Amino acid sequence: MSIVPVEAVSGRAADTVKPVDGGPAPLAPRARLLPSLAAVYRAQLSRARVARIPLLFVATFQSVGIMVLMRGVVDGGDEARAVVAGSSVLVVAFVALNLLAQYFGQLRASGGLDHYATLPVPPAAVVLGAAGAYASFTVPGTAVTAVTGSVLFDLPLTHLWVLVAVIPLSGAALAGLGAALGLLAPRQELATLLGQLGMSAALLLGVLPADRLPEPVVYARDLLPSTYGVEALARTFDAHPDWAAVGLDLAVCAAVGVVSLAVATRAYRRAAVR
Amino acid sequence: MRATDGISLDVRRGEIFGLLGPNGAGKSTLVRQLTGLMRPDSGEVEVLGHDLVRHPERASRLIGYLGQESTALDELTVALAAETTGRLRGLGLRAARVERDLVLEELGLTAIAGRPLKKLSGGQRRLACFAATLVGERPVLVLDEPTTGMDPVARRAVWAAVDRRRAEHGATVLLVTHNVIEAETVLDRVAVLERGKVIACDTPSGLKEQVAGEVRVELVWRERAPLDVPEVAALRGFAQESGRRWVLRLAPDEARAAVAAVTGGAAFAALDDFTLATPSLEDVYLALGGSTKGLVKA
Repeated sequence: MSIVPVEAVSGRAADTVKPVDGGPAPLAPRARLLPSLAAVYRAQLSRARVARIPLLFVATFQSVGIMVLMRGVVDGGDEARAVVAGSSVLVVAFVALNLLAQYFGQLRASGGLDHYATLPVPPAAVVLGAAGAYASFTVPGTAVTAVTGSVLFDLPLTHLWVLVAVIPLSGAALAGLGAALGLLAPRQELATLLGQLGMSAALLLGVLPADRLPEPVVYARDLLPSTYGVEALARTFDAHPDWAAVGLDLAVCAAVGVVSLAVATRAYRRAAVR
Repeated sequence: MRATDGISLDVRRGEIFGLLGPNGAGKSTLVRQLTGLMRPDSGEVEVLGHDLVRHPERASRLIGYLGQESTALDELTVALAAETTGRLRGLGLRAARVERDLVLEELGLTAIAGRPLKKLSGGQRRLACFAATLVGERPVLVLDEPTTGMDPVARRAVWAAVDRRRAEHGATVLLVTHNVIEAETVLDRVAVLERGKVIACDTPSGLKEQVAGEVRVELVWRERAPLDVPEVAALRGFAQESGRRWVLRLAPDEARAAVAAVTGGAAFAALDDFTLATPSLEDVYLALGGSTKGLVKA
C-alpha cells in the first residue's frame, strides 16, 4: 500500500489514485434535462432578484430617458416607432446580453463553473436555465418601456401583446449571444467588454431610425440579432400590421437564439473541463 | 511544468484519507483530476471500479465534491443553494427538499437557511457549501479544505457529519488540508505532498513514529534572540525561525540541555515563552524535507 515512486515504475510520470476492494459501484442517476433546467432557472432568477434589481431599474431608466431625449428630434411616424421599439428591446440587450456575458465571464474566471461541472447535470440545462432566467428578468423593464414609449409618442397600445413573443425570442437570441461571449472570452475583462459593446451596438443601431444611418452601418444593423426584435415590435404599431413580416423577424430571432445557445452550450462544455 | 508527478495512492473504502501539504504542493491538481475537472496527461484514476480517465463524466455520479470556490452559490440563500445542488445531483424536487432540511438541521444551519451565502461570514459560507455537497448522497466525498475559516463548533459539525456518513453508508472521504492539527485528529491515513510528489503516506501515528525519538522545542523571544549568548547562537543552526518564534527538533538529552541553557542566565531575560512537546505531523513534514511555509496549525 501507499507510495510507489514513479522512477521505479516507468520513465514517464503516471498518477494513480484508486480506492480498492470490490467491483464497480453503482452510479447515481444523472440529473435529467428539464428538471435540472428548472432548478437552474429558479436559482438564477432568485439570484437576479437579489442582486440585479437595481440594474433593471438602470436599464429601464436608460431606455425611458433615451425616448424622452428623442422626442425632441423625432416627430411621430416610422421614426417614433423605431425609437420606442428600439428602446424596449434595449432593456433585453442590457440584461440578457450584457449582464449574462459578465456573469458567465466572472463564473468562468473565478472557478465557479467547477460547481456545475462536478454535478451530473447536462450542460444545456446550465446555459438555458441561466439564459432563460436573465431573459425573464427583462420582462417588467421591457413592458414598462414599451408602454411608456407608446404613450409618449401617441402610438397605439393595441398590439403590444406581441411582446409575449418578442421578449422570449429576442431574449433567447441576445442571452445566447451573451452566454457565448462570456464563456468564449479568454479573460473576464474581455467578456465584460464584449457584453458592453454588444449592448452599445444594440442601443445605437436599434434606437436610431435606420433611414438616417450611413449605408455601412445599416449592414451592421442587419447583422445584429436585436434588430429583428426591434423591427418586429415596430411593425406592430401599424393599424394593420404585416404579420407575415413580424413572423419572419421573430423567426430570425429564434434561429439566432438556437444557434447562439448551442454555441454557448459547447463553450460551457469546453470551459468546464480545462 | 508538472503539477503532480508519479503520484500513486490507493484509498480504501470507508477510509478518511488526507492529502497534506502546503499551497502549491499539487493537492488541488490531484483533486481536479479525481473529480473529472482535469484530465491527467498520463496515468489512471479509478474510483470504486470506474475508470475516470476514460469516463470523466462518471465522477459526478460517484463523488460529492466541495471545491474552494463558492461563486456559483454566493447569491443564493443557504436553503436554495442546498436544494438546487441536490436537484442537479439528480434528486426530484421533493427528495431534494427533504434532504436539504435534514442536512441543514444536522449542520445547525436551519436558523440561517433564508440568508444569502454572500451575507454570511467565511466560515458559515463554507459550512453552507459543505451542506450543498451532502445533499444527494454519494459514496465518495472529496473535500478541498472544508473547514477553512470555521469556528470550532462548525468544524465539529463537519467532522460529525463525515463520521456519520462513514458509519452509516461506508462513505469514503478524501480530504485536502494544510492544517496539521486537523490532519492528526480526523484522518485514518495521510499522504504528505511536496512539490507534486508524495513524500510519505501512512497513518498519522505511523508517520509520527518516524520522528518519535525527537522532542519539539519551541522558543518565543521577547524581541529578538540574544545571539550574544553562545548557547543560543549555537542553537540557531537547528532552528526553524519565523519572526520571534524558533522551532527545534532535538534528541531528548539535547532538548534538556537547550532548555537549561535558555532558562538560565542572560538568555532567560530575553525569553518570552517556551514549550516542549512530542512531535506533530508538522515535525514529520519538516523531517521529510518539506518546507513548512503554508502549513497551518489551528
